[in-house]
Amino acid sequence: MACFVAPVTEAVVTTVMAKVVKSKENKEALKNVHMEESSFNNKKIAFSTKLGWLNKMLWGGSALLAFEHIWHGEVIATFPFLTAIKSGEAIGMLKEIGTTGVGMAVLVTAVWGVMLIVSSALEKRAANEVNLAKETN
Amino acid sequence: MTLLIAVFAAIASTIAWYLSLEKKSELQLGFLSLMFWGASLMWFVDAVVEYIEEGAEYFNQAPFDMLNDAYLGLVVVALGMVIWLVSLIIKDPKGLIKSRLIGSRK
Repeated sequence: MACFVAPVTEAVVTTVMAKVVKSKENKEALKNVHMEESSFNNKKIAFSTKLGWLNKMLWGGSALLAFEHIWHGEVIATFPFLTAIKSGEAIGMLKEIGTTGVGMAVLVTAVWGVMLIVSSALEKRAANEVNLAKETN
Repeated sequence: MTLLIAVFAAIASTIAWYLSLEKKSELQLGFLSLMFWGASLMWFVDAVVEYIEEGAEYFNQAPFDMLNDAYLGLVVVALGMVIWLVSLIIKDPKGLIKSRLIGSRK
């Protein structure tokens, strides 16, 4: 009916978060230029980039899912835009957003969490290799 | 069928993204693969909910429904690729379109 509403809502929040984090990182980067931080910190993937992965999954997935709803006639071009509201099934629609929609948002976020764990493990391994190379030299 | 086609598109685009890393390509295939993975995960949840409601009947779809779902899956893949292409042209990471436009003005 309108399950894509839940991931879209999360996408709006994470997009705002990514913008805020990005501006903070830019300020930090300016500070680090003066302080000459170690080269390892510069090789780490910025958290705003990692948030970007979640944004792309949420926005992209929601866009394709919204198209599926248009295909099935559940989303229409005229007000109230959702056939469920027009036919008086608003409660059923809200229930679906609360169950299927939230489930979608949670699963995408969980997969992103796994991506974060894997990427931080790879970053640690790369840092160890750099340290080992420095020690041997 | 829509889920299956979206998963295949996600796998293919991820392989293309991985191969593009070696060539240092700026085609932004990561965006395409993340979009298809996002959609695949969402349709997976949809499929699980339908399976809980319908049970084994979920796998016994009528041929016409399967054909319609497959058609939808292909259209969704095409739409995803159009979104990626438009994003690539707007961002123009290598500045090729910009340089061509400026070059043609000169």
